[in-house]
Amino acid sequence: MGNAIGFFPGCSLEGTAAEYRLSFEAIAPKLGLQLEEIEDWNCCGATAAHNLNHKLAVALPARILALAEKAGYQSVVAPCAACSHRLIVTRHELAENPELRKEIEDIIEMPCRGTVQVKNILQVLLEVGIDKIAAACTRKMTGIKVACYYGCLLVRPPKIMQFDDAEAPQSMDKILAALGAKPVEWGLKTECCGGGFSMSRTDLVCKMTRDLLEDASAAGAAAFAVACPMCQSNLDLRQHNVNAAYGTAYRMPVLYITQWLGLCLGLSAKELGLDQHFVNAAEVAEKAFATPPAPARKPAQAPVAAGNKE
Amino acid sequence: MSATKTRNGFKSSIEAKSGAKYSACYQCGKCSAGCPAAYGMDLLPHQVMRQIQLNHKDKVLNSRTIWMCASCETCTTRCPKEVDIAKTMDALREMAYAEGRISAQPDTVIFSEEFLNWVRRTGRQFESGLVGLYKLRTWHFFQDLDAAPKMMRKLKIFPRRIKGQAAVARIFEKCKAK
Amino acid sequence: MARVGVFICHCGENIGRTVDCAAVAEAARKIRGVVHAVDYKYMCSSPGQNMIRDAIRQHKLTGVVVAACSPRMHEPTFRRATAEAGLNPFLCEMANIREHCSWVHEDRAAATRKAIDLVGVMVEKVKRNQPLLPIRVPVTRRALVIGGGIAGIQAALDIANGGHEVILVERDASIGGHMAQLSETFPTLDCSQCILTPRMVEVAQHPRIKLYVYSEVEAVSGFIGNFEVKIRRKATSVDSSICTGCGACQAACPMAKIPSEFNRNLGPRKAIYSPFPQAVPNKPVVDQENCLRYKTAKKKGTKAAETKVCGKCLEACPIAPKKAVDFSLCEDTFVTEKVGAIVVCTGFDLLPMNQFGEYGYGKYPDVIDGLQFERLASASGPTQGAMKRPSDGKEPKEIVFIQCAGSRDNAKGIPYCSKICCMYTAKHTMLYKHKVHDGRATVFYMDVRAAGKNYDEFWRRAVEVDEANYIRGRVSKVYQRGDKLIVKGVDTLSGELVEINADLVVLATAMVAQPKTEHLAQRLSIGYDAHKFLSEAHPKLRPVETNTAGVFLAGACQAPKDIPDTVAQASGAASKIQGLFSSQELERDPTIAHVNETTCAACWYCVDVCPYQATQKKEIKDRQGKLVKMVATVNEGVCQGCGLCAATCRSKSIELDGFKDEQICAEIMAL
Repeated sequence: MGNAIGFFPGCSLEGTAAEYRLSFEAIAPKLGLQLEEIEDWNCCGATAAHNLNHKLAVALPARILALAEKAGYQSVVAPCAACSHRLIVTRHELAENPELRKEIEDIIEMPCRGTVQVKNILQVLLEVGIDKIAAACTRKMTGIKVACYYGCLLVRPPKIMQFDDAEAPQSMDKILAALGAKPVEWGLKTECCGGGFSMSRTDLVCKMTRDLLEDASAAGAAAFAVACPMCQSNLDLRQHNVNAAYGTAYRMPVLYITQWLGLCLGLSAKELGLDQHFVNAAEVAEKAFATPPAPARKPAQAPVAAGNKE
Repeated sequence: MSATKTRNGFKSSIEAKSGAKYSACYQCGKCSAGCPAAYGMDLLPHQVMRQIQLNHKDKVLNSRTIWMCASCETCTTRCPKEVDIAKTMDALREMAYAEGRISAQPDTVIFSEEFLNWVRRTGRQFESGLVGLYKLRTWHFFQDLDAAPKMMRKLKIFPRRIKGQAAVARIFEKCKAK
Repeated sequence: MARVGVFICHCGENIGRTVDCAAVAEAARKIRGVVHAVDYKYMCSSPGQNMIRDAIRQHKLTGVVVAACSPRMHEPTFRRATAEAGLNPFLCEMANIREHCSWVHEDRAAATRKAIDLVGVMVEKVKRNQPLLPIRVPVTRRALVIGGGIAGIQAALDIANGGHEVILVERDASIGGHMAQLSETFPTLDCSQCILTPRMVEVAQHPRIKLYVYSEVEAVSGFIGNFEVKIRRKATSVDSSICTGCGACQAACPMAKIPSEFNRNLGPRKAIYSPFPQAVPNKPVVDQENCLRYKTAKKKGTKAAETKVCGKCLEACPIAPKKAVDFSLCEDTFVTEKVGAIVVCTGFDLLPMNQFGEYGYGKYPDVIDGLQFERLASASGPTQGAMKRPSDGKEPKEIVFIQCAGSRDNAKGIPYCSKICCMYTAKHTMLYKHKVHDGRATVFYMDVRAAGKNYDEFWRRAVEVDEANYIRGRVSKVYQRGDKLIVKGVDTLSGELVEINADLVVLATAMVAQPKTEHLAQRLSIGYDAHKFLSEAHPKLRPVETNTAGVFLAGACQAPKDIPDTVAQASGAASKIQGLFSSQELERDPTIAHVNETTCAACWYCVDVCPYQATQKKEIKDRQGKLVKMVATVNEGVCQGCGLCAATCRSKSIELDGFKDEQICAEIMAL
């Protein structure tokens, strides 16, 4: 397949997360990524499958892995964190349990040897290389404070995902810093947003998302960077619900990492789907590149006495 | 089959499904302390573990807790005894669903069911259909109407069937709980 | 003509239930060379031993086989009985028909057949045994104590007061160890330094204790009674023989921001420094890594004594005519000491903060560990004992103590309990409440372990008198929000989630072995476990000895323990050493290797494989002094009889006395 990487969009990138797909496909050629959509892929089952039926939860992702194997891909990128999580967990389970693998191969009517590597979007971007990304940028941001929000499924459980650090991840922060933004250090980087409860337990999602908004804005962030459609939806679509339920007035745009990248690679807000967000994201596209005001002159300070006497 | 195993039938079956060893749990509570959804649960995660140790099937399977779990895996990541609590929740949900015990949190189950129904019918998710059928079954007709205009621009009006839909349907058939 | 006596023991039911001892005796009588064979209930008892003695005399035995338990149990017993009857003890062997037979098999017929085989094998061996005489080695009646904490101090004082000279080697510039860092000790709340410093001074002034501070053990060779130790004396740049400890150099040093190890990075020290005001000896050392002069000299490639940079300490030193600060003392030096016994007292370390991702990886300045809290509470600490938190010096009104931070945590690789943290955390709450009356101290615990004398009463005092707030449950996460630390915990007893906005969080981090202990253990050839704690010879009955004769253990280097147990163990090790030193000579087991110099091909494989460096190269010269050939030779004093050389020798020139090839082959052929 040469340099091509298998591309598994997943169901949300076809629908509610259309701008994630749009922005990823727009930046790929500029980064030298050759994406090839897996032929006739099926849904990975997401949370619904593993909530109700373990075998189904393994069989659906196994079919995707089998399709990728058949097509001869060495690796597959799944931008949706839930999809990449399901694919990686399935691959792990099949590797650990040969009996289960035989059963699943029977069910999906295809061999599934687990030879395809599954990567999340951050892994793929890091493999392109921070230096290469920085070099490809036609413009850089001017220090806008962004809260990088990783959510649960990119890094947990650490033994299986083996990606970045489960308590204090830095991969997205590194990319954003290279683009000229100022990623803030905040405590809830990997705290759950409520995931798939958006419709069935909106109150739970509002509570969890509100904690995220509170902590990120307390740390000084003006916007979010995310790498998961559910996180994006819960932070973005539900932001007005949070404000209504808690009497707050958050207005923090939530952009996909691919959109932040796209802006720096010279693409327009429209090309990146920024107009499709619920919290106005287009204006952050302006703010991020504006020249920051000159810092106020601080009065000369008296030298501080040595902290502790001997 | 030793006497202990038959006495602890529920505990053993969950152990078999999840691969976790519940005697390792010393009830430290770290899972509950870090659980983002715990505030609304009737049994805290560590209490679920204790009830499993005590083999109290009904208490666990009838709880709201197992359906409020967001599968964020924080518990599993932080457990000092390496008990896979998240996988335990999956196993409990599967068992509860198979026995029809869903009244504690019907909406969450309905959402998952409709989600899977579309996957079976088309091979992929059909988001507008999912929202529609969910509202129909739960009578939450007015939910998120304000978001509808923007959403409808992104979502498809008709479902799209993949070529391998029949194969996917067969997968569903073979995975049906016996 | 061989005349072997065979004695089969029933060991009560242990052997008798599974092996038909009478049948074994019967079969033994039929073996060629056996003139006497009996079975008896308890061979190790007095009557049993009498039987052996009587039989030796009566039947003029030339060899004895006792078929019983493991030789590790009673070989000395039976060999002593044999010697008492006038027969060389090395002509007595044991056949293990208990651990190797009756304890591992159930089938009586098969076990009995096996026992007969085992006896037959041993008879063949004994027929070829040679009488051996024990090797006598002189004992150097001086002891080496490695580590100058409370364990090392106690052991050194006990041995020295017992009349023997002690070499005490301490890595830091002062003795005192972790106990010197503590504020107060449980359960008495004694001021730690007040009870420790008198002992430290006693050590420094004791005529029989030679104190090497700022030094490390570089190499150890030899064996019990005859160790040779090479000690590295790190360069101090201060002539301690003329230094008076006045402190002028320290005051003058401009490098004021180096994090103080004694204060656990909560406060600074200078490049020329004494670790703490009560240091013993109170002579400063220069830290070459941070001294401006040394750093410049390193960059330029010159010597510090010739580099005219800074030198304020030199200027300030009031000693005349020669200054005590001396940059020519810039190289480590080595001394060699001969000792007869070694006590390892290297103590413990705490699990580093970067192991706690859920508590901030050590990046939050107000999340500290237990020893750091001790320094804050200590009157000689960076805040003079005032409760001030590290980030902004504010007095914390809300403190959270987290127990079991790392301990009892399989996921972090530390399944054990660190033993002292429940007690010191209770102590911390009391120290805090005594200083900040309106403050709130919350302790998140799993179980409170307070098993010592007056220990349970102590922690109940913290709860009932000082109103410490104890919550049973672990904390999942601590993160910073503004100037508060958000602590997410749970109360498992009431079933409620608990979230506290704390000003200061103290982690009771796990006790771990000192990182350099592994290397030291390898140099001493002593064992250690998976957690790098040094291994005692037997967990129940030999807690202060190691499996290496002459090397003893005391203190937390063996396992987490508190001060009373450490002191007891140190005194225990000292008393073992007093026993060792009670005679001028030591007897060594003569089952060691010997080289046949005629056939030795001088390939030196035996020299390479010997783990004790007992095999050496020897020159054979003729009468004129001309070299005829080189051969290998075995140092009788060092050889442990492990047999590696014998197995490795390509020309079959090395054999073990008592385990010669002829004997082993005879054993195999007897099967």
